[in-house]
Amino acid sequence: MITKWMLGAGLAALVVSPLALAEPSDGEVQEIMKRDFRPKGQAKMDRLEQDAVQRVCTASNGKPPPALAKQLEADQMKTIAYPSGGSLIGNWKGGASTAWSGQGMQWHEDPKKPSGGGCYNCHEMSPARTSFGTIGPSLKGFGKTRGNGIETQRYVYGKIYNAKAYNLCSEMPRFGLTNSLTEQQIKDLVAYLLDPASPVNQ
Amino acid sequence: MRTTVRAVALGVALAAAPAAAQESQFAQYQKMVAEGSPVELFELVGEELWQKKQGPKNASLEQCDLGLGPGRVKGAHARLPRYFKDVDRVMDVETRLLHCMLTLQGRSREDALKRPFGNADNPSEMEYLSAYVAGQSRGYKMSPGMSHPQEKESYALGKKLFTVRTGLWDFSCASCHGEEGKRIRMSELPVLSKPEAARPLMATWPAYRVSNSTFKTMQWRLNNCFRQMRTPEPVFGSETINALNMYLTVTAKGATYSGPGTKR
Repeated sequence: MITKWMLGAGLAALVVSPLALAEPSDGEVQEIMKRDFRPKGQAKMDRLEQDAVQRVCTASNGKPPPALAKQLEADQMKTIAYPSGGSLIGNWKGGASTAWSGQGMQWHEDPKKPSGGGCYNCHEMSPARTSFGTIGPSLKGFGKTRGNGIETQRYVYGKIYNAKAYNLCSEMPRFGLTNSLTEQQIKDLVAYLLDPASPVNQ
Repeated sequence: MRTTVRAVALGVALAAAPAAAQESQFAQYQKMVAEGSPVELFELVGEELWQKKQGPKNASLEQCDLGLGPGRVKGAHARLPRYFKDVDRVMDVETRLLHCMLTLQGRSREDALKRPFGNADNPSEMEYLSAYVAGQSRGYKMSPGMSHPQEKESYALGKKLFTVRTGLWDFSCASCHGEEGKRIRMSELPVLSKPEAARPLMATWPAYRVSNSTFKTMQWRLNNCFRQMRTPEPVFGSETINALNMYLTVTAKGATYSGPGTKR
């Protein structure tokens, strides 16, 4: 049961300090996780494959070197698939239910049912909803303060589609890139944030 | 009251009847103890299951060595997870209970793990047993194993796992449990890398969870976090789960165990 990483880290620890803890490398942790998880329902093993964003944000504990972050953010920006032509503002009522639902993409759930965005898990949005999380910033009155011009629409759509394009180690999921939310759902969320009629802007 | 409680608990535990009959007995019992602590029920049923002979070897778990020697349950939960020489690995309480089901009772892994996590209508054997074993450590100081190289290795792995970005939605444990004063919806999120936050929590798991209307274990808690992180499912008793449990318990060390608790 003495693993390779234990030996390697043990040798390193001897050199550095006799009290240093044997610490596995990021690669070794990945191998251990792949061995210790099983696919279940829609949650297949590919979900454990770290991409460059996850790798860099893990290795740097969320604080990547600025130059590398910039480069990877640019790569992420290229993944954003904007709908062709016209307004990105959908129906805020659809957005309200997607924002409220914390369901979707879990191993016990029906993959045919649309996923929620779980927005309220982390963000304050409509003043009428008093149950909201605080992991992300408050988005109350978002459209009222920013307007709803095409540039703002593109920013909000892009941020929901792939938050890592704007802030590499953001805690926000990449809802479009991971096919968690559809184009229409994201447009509806844009409306929920930007439409003057939306409860968010009351 | 206590005698009645025990008698009914015995009935529930020993009923080899189909799930439906068991459910209705359980429902009756729930009514009876509505004003008492539901935790006590789980401890009592767990004790009966601990003593119940079953499996191909028709043996009870009474000779299970939880780290203090065969049959010594008092204070054992508070000393876990720890390294076990007989299996040459670190085990938490549920992993060790599973080991005892396989070795002492001769059950297959498939049989013993058919239903590690139950529900309000039909709690699992593991949940009852965890309640009993944990209850036997009330008042004991939590001191998980920290001296054996594998115990240190387990802690180091758990600490590292805590910050690994993974799953469909890029979360790590620290995404929710890494910053002070944050909430998910209305639930306050403890910063589990901090002893002052880890202690009261780890001192009360396993626990009766009001939102689930049933008793839940630490391995269930970790499993449920990964479900919400949109990963595949962690294997029961795996090194990953044991390492996370080890990391959290070592962070909480020195707390006086006061569970099983009652939680939201």
